Amino acid sequence: MTRLNVNPTRMELKKLRARLSTAVRGHKLLKDKSDEMIRRFSIILREDYALRREVEAALSDGLRRFSVARSVTPAYEAETAFALPTVGIAADCGVESVMGVDVPKIVLTERRSSDELPYAYPEITSEADDAVKAIAGLLPRLIRLAETEKAVRLLAAEIERNKRRVNALEYIMIPQLEETIKYIRDKLSENERASLVRLMKVKGKGAEG
Amino acid sequence: MLGKIAIVGKGDSVLVFKAAGVSAFAAEDERKAREILRKIAQEYQVIFLTEDLARALGDFLKRFDEGPYPVVLAIPSEQGSDGYGYEQIRGAMERALGVDILFHGASAEDGKKGDGGQKE
Repeated sequence: MTRLNVNPTRMELKKLRARLSTAVRGHKLLKDKSDEMIRRFSIILREDYALRREVEAALSDGLRRFSVARSVTPAYEAETAFALPTVGIAADCGVESVMGVDVPKIVLTERRSSDELPYAYPEITSEADDAVKAIAGLLPRLIRLAETEKAVRLLAAEIERNKRRVNALEYIMIPQLEETIKYIRDKLSENERASLVRLMKVKGKGAEG
Repeated sequence: MLGKIAIVGKGDSVLVFKAAGVSAFAAEDERKAREILRKIAQEYQVIFLTEDLARALGDFLKRFDEGPYPVVLAIPSEQGSDGYGYEQIRGAMERALGVDILFHGASAEDGKKGDGGQKE
């Protein structure tokens, strides 16, 4: 490990000691943060995974049913029926902080019209109705999945960054500081010995002469 | 803040979302999808994207991972899931934890069961 390029003086030694204690404290804090982030991450990850399984199954099923229903409906009628939704969907988008990482927090706000289905065409089969209903019912969970998945990605990136910081402190910064402090201490005591010897010699010379 | 929801996908699967009240954008291929995404990323907070397109646009979608919004979520198309979503989860998990806590080499649906299990 390379030592820092500093003058071996008491001033520097003092400064470096202060830096070392800050680095050690910072390292401990970051490590704790990393542990807690990983704990939270695992919880969100598990939820995300379970939710994705559930949503993917339901969604594939709904979409399949819809395309079957569509295939028995004349294309023209299907277009006109589905292209004019009377349900407006919006989401209340906020931000939640998980260990200092901003993750999305979305609440679905739905403006439903009086009728339950967003269209009223007698040509549309009941399978299509069911499919649309199923998909509409799935939306809250889809939104939740979007939320957790984003949180997983953001947290993963943050954990990675944090890990790099912890490693930089642990394997580069702290050893460097320790080495430099040792070097200065050795140098200072060496100087002290040298001056002591010099004094003794000078004194010895005086006694002889 | 009130956000808007959109879906980008190929033809039919988009229509049902439209019926459910989500703004729909049809994109036949990845180039069109990229164009649409670039245009609507500012306006819409939640964007659903079908998996086949998401897979083709993998690198392009990384730019949305910087901040909390917009959220781009890959969803299966009417052909069913091709495992892209699970790959994403697995990627994030391996980056952050370095170990496999979910798939355990047993129930993974993306066929790459072995490599996750060995690291445990």
